[in-house]
Amino acid sequence: MDYTSVIYAVLSMGGIGLFFAIMLALADKKLKVEEDPRVAQIEELLPGANCGACGLPGCAACADAMVKGDVLATACPVCSEESQHSIAKLLGVEVEKGERNVAVVLCQGGHSNVVQRADYEGVATCLGISLVSGGDKACEYGCLGKGDCVEACQFDAIYIGEEGLPIVDREKCTGCGACATVCPRNIIEMHPVSHHVFVLCKNHDKGADARKVCKTACIGCSICVKNDASGGFKIDNFLATVDHEKYGSTMELPTDKCPTNAIVAVGYNDEK
Amino acid sequence: MKVSSFKHGSHPAEFKEYTEHKTLEPLPIPEEVFIPVIQHIGAPCKPVVKVGDEVKTGQLIAESTGFVSSNIHSSITGKVKKIGDFPHPNGTKSPMIQIVAEGDEEWVKVHDHTEPWGEMSVEQLKKIIADAGIVGMGGAAFPTNVKVSPPRDKKIETFIINGCECEPYLTADHRMMVEQAKEMIEGTQILMKILDVEKAFIGIESNKPDAIEIMQKSTEHLPGITIIPLKVKYPQGAEKMLIKAVNKREVPAGSLPMDVGCVVNNVGTAIAVYEAVVKKIPSINRIVTVTGDAVTEPKNVIARIGTPFSKLIEFCGGLKPDTKKILMGGPMMGVAQYSLDVPVVKATSGILCLTKKSVPYREEFTCIVCGRCVHACPMFLVPTRIARAVEAGKFEMADELGIMNCIECGSCAYECPSNIPLVQRIRIGKNKIREMKNKKS
Repeated sequence: MDYTSVIYAVLSMGGIGLFFAIMLALADKKLKVEEDPRVAQIEELLPGANCGACGLPGCAACADAMVKGDVLATACPVCSEESQHSIAKLLGVEVEKGERNVAVVLCQGGHSNVVQRADYEGVATCLGISLVSGGDKACEYGCLGKGDCVEACQFDAIYIGEEGLPIVDREKCTGCGACATVCPRNIIEMHPVSHHVFVLCKNHDKGADARKVCKTACIGCSICVKNDASGGFKIDNFLATVDHEKYGSTMELPTDKCPTNAIVAVGYNDEK
Repeated sequence: MKVSSFKHGSHPAEFKEYTEHKTLEPLPIPEEVFIPVIQHIGAPCKPVVKVGDEVKTGQLIAESTGFVSSNIHSSITGKVKKIGDFPHPNGTKSPMIQIVAEGDEEWVKVHDHTEPWGEMSVEQLKKIIADAGIVGMGGAAFPTNVKVSPPRDKKIETFIINGCECEPYLTADHRMMVEQAKEMIEGTQILMKILDVEKAFIGIESNKPDAIEIMQKSTEHLPGITIIPLKVKYPQGAEKMLIKAVNKREVPAGSLPMDVGCVVNNVGTAIAVYEAVVKKIPSINRIVTVTGDAVTEPKNVIARIGTPFSKLIEFCGGLKPDTKKILMGGPMMGVAQYSLDVPVVKATSGILCLTKKSVPYREEFTCIVCGRCVHACPMFLVPTRIARAVEAGKFEMADELGIMNCIECGSCAYECPSNIPLVQRIRIGKNKIREMKNKKS
């Protein structure tokens, strides 16, 4: 048997292989991209949910931007204080103590409070129902209860309760704001965790009309304004609003005189 | 009889027998009316009356605020009680002018020309139409004066009167053609003069043989007007489908009928034009088909704009106890109502009341990819793919699939054996895409 052809083949293939190996080795040296090792380390510290709360497309992009200095070390509103400190340490900066935001559902129009004006059969999403003749609940400002916010939450921090209203788990909530963005009625707002007193209503109708549709609607009666010495309440277009700057972060209700119980201390019981 | 049509579409049961042979009956003048300041596509009107003002029938109470807008007139004689938000048939609360009837009816004329319309100039006629607040009576309520004022570079060659009334149950247009043929033909002639066209076509679905016969008889001596019998198919009355059936032209996606030299007006609009020009009455009446199996005595009613739905239903003998659903318009494209306090607006072609038996709950199943929606879609879209893209939140993909061309006729959802609410999904998608585009710009 003639082995020469086999030897030729092995030698030529080996030669070509060796040539490309050398080329690759050279290219690796010559065209090396220096990546800051901190990017990978920071990415490790970020939650990895790619929720977009930082305004960037995913955690990797956020880590990159932090290293480049485009965003602050606290840009991720989702990660814990601990990780924020670790990130700051890696970047060699100081963290100013920021406060965590949590979602607050500004509606109490659950099954037992709000008037149901129609039966709805169709696509079971809040957006879907809001496009059909203004929804099945008589209140045109309130929660539709189909859970678009639950669907949007990546942290299991919001669920639909017995009353058909979303309930926020203030411990789990990371403040990313995905639920607030997706709500077609804009009744979810992001507030610092230390704020407790809220007017849980968004109904701008006149008192009589608001009362007709919901037991717990703010009727714009101004009793809270009269009874509160701190001046933290204001009536704007038949709806009371709380000025948290003035009102501060107490958990005590300024007045228990609200005739419809629309003013509530949110998170009061959990923290007590 | 040779009939023309378009491709695709569906064949929903007609249910026209409730009212197709019932003569038009005028509703007694209501004690109070709620007249919305927005009844048309375009800018809302600005009220020109104050609370406490006395108004006469036909008096201007809210004037248009832009080019695409349309005047609103008082439909009764009385006093303005309140200007505020009341429930509107589109499901929202919307600003309206509440007028309570007082004293004998007095009329205000919409113009004071004495010469016959043949001697008026086109500009004068257009002004009368604009002043009279005439909008498309087919359901979209697009201001007619805008429709008949195409830009100079667009020559109108074909003028079509839409007498299809392809929505099941509705018979308002049908009865108008039978009972007000003369008025309608004259209105058509006025519109022909404004548009400067020699020929007009009246498209009528062949399930209205009496209307076709009467129309043919009354246009015998008029060589310019041709009656075109059309196949009974839904949505034959949609503008683009009608143009396709009448003169085989296709309106490209995203453009208007005037881009292919066509203008389409509804039968009711032609009559409103006649009334404004010849009788000097502004757009304050509306023919409404009150029908469905939940109404004791279905009728075709001539109602004043602003009359609450409850008055019309009362006039038709009231509702049966097992009423489940009330729609403004037909069953395919109608808007569900939650209250009977909403008023008749210029676009109210019908009030459809259905019992539990007619609207059973239908459970939704998974798409079996049978393609019936594709075959039904008159716009040649693939509804199931669009709906699934929307469900998955892939709005860019839905946009690429042509979601914005959907005319929301409901054929796909009607044909779907899995009861998928395709049109609703598509509407959600359209809403999202519009929101996204607004955000970008």
